[in-house]
Amino acid sequence: MSLSIPSGSTALLGPSGSGKSTLLRLLNRLADPDDGVVRFHGTDVRELDPLELRRRVGLVPQLPAPVPGTVADNVRFGPRLEGREVDPEAPVRLAGLDASFLDRDASRLSVGEQQRVMLARALALEPEVLLLDEPTASLDADATAAVERALRDLEGVSLVLVTHDASQAERLAERTVRLREGRVAR
Amino acid sequence: MIAAGTISISLGEVAASLALIAVAIAVSFWRRAELEQDIVVAVVRSFVQLTAVGYVIQAIFDSDSLLLVAALLAGMVGFGAWTARGRARAVPGATGPIVLALAVAAVVTLGLVIGLGVFKAEPRYLVPVGGMVIGNSMTAVAVALNRLADEMHEGRRQIEAMLALGATSFQAARATVARSLRSGMIPLVDSTKTTGIVFFPGTMVGMLVAGAEPVDAVRLQVILLWVLLGAVALSGLIAVSLAYRGFFTDAHQLREQPPP
Repeated sequence: MSLSIPSGSTALLGPSGSGKSTLLRLLNRLADPDDGVVRFHGTDVRELDPLELRRRVGLVPQLPAPVPGTVADNVRFGPRLEGREVDPEAPVRLAGLDASFLDRDASRLSVGEQQRVMLARALALEPEVLLLDEPTASLDADATAAVERALRDLEGVSLVLVTHDASQAERLAERTVRLREGRVAR
Repeated sequence: MIAAGTISISLGEVAASLALIAVAIAVSFWRRAELEQDIVVAVVRSFVQLTAVGYVIQAIFDSDSLLLVAALLAGMVGFGAWTARGRARAVPGATGPIVLALAVAAVVTLGLVIGLGVFKAEPRYLVPVGGMVIGNSMTAVAVALNRLADEMHEGRRQIEAMLALGATSFQAARATVARSLRSGMIPLVDSTKTTGIVFFPGTMVGMLVAGAEPVDAVRLQVILLWVLLGAVALSGLIAVSLAYRGFFTDAHQLREQPPP
């Protein structure tokens, strides 16, 4: 398949098993394709430093996977890996949580709140692109609305959203690409 | 009778202790534990294997050749690595790390106790101490790597989420590696804590039965326990530090793994 994703917001829409999550993991090189090439700004991703690529192309996973500790610890985690300290409050607010969450134990939050911690954690690295893997699949209606509101309010970051929900694609993305059985459906 | 001050035991005395095996078989038969056959196999194997190794050790003691000691210890490392590998099958490429872990633990600990003058560089010290070091290291490495495989499987989502934030394989696996090392070391740490209260270690029992002064028996046992703690820490560290890499590619990606 051949697919070019411009900056802005793009939804990859398809039923489960259509290869959406796998495609997303190729974009930040958590996996490599059996054959073919993935390019970022025209450069084969295999020629880039994978760690640097992942800081520029962030990922919000389908299910939250916080590190042990507070919300602030989670937000600081990414920058600390390269020896940088950040103020965790700004990313937490961008993710739609208020500052009172900073000192709370991340593992004790609701799944919807944890998912926004995952978003804040990715934003703390100030990525160019944010990959979203079914970010609301495990959330109820209220939590979904809160995550979507945070995503719509983001500025200066391109979104690549994987979803099986056509109405969510419409709400969040300027463009929608339909996938079927590992191919782009026209 | 086994007389104090000697360690000469006749075959008749060994045969007499078979009475206890009869008790074990009777219990198994009476309560239908269905272990009679296994007990007989265990009795025959323990007699044959220990007798054989007894003659090997006797020959090595008689020859007084350090080269033969080294060959025997290398054989123990090989057999220990093979055994540990069987219990760490879900760790990709674990053979090299296991062999290295057992070999380094044996060489470093024996080198230290000889270098510090605790034991003389003679077969009568090197063979039994080396055997204990390699045996205990084998168990610790097997437990640690087994745990590593389980945790790498269960924690896959968490580890990949850390990689996605720009963590290296080392950074993403650090907590898992620490827990695996801990689980390999804990049994010996715990048994060292309770030694003398809950159980009497074999060396001390052997020396007391053979007629040694209790103070000497205790001192030798203390030295051996401490040597084993060092060996187990070293072999566990080497095994998990090298083996975790098998779960990752050079591009800091998790490899696809079958469940352990």
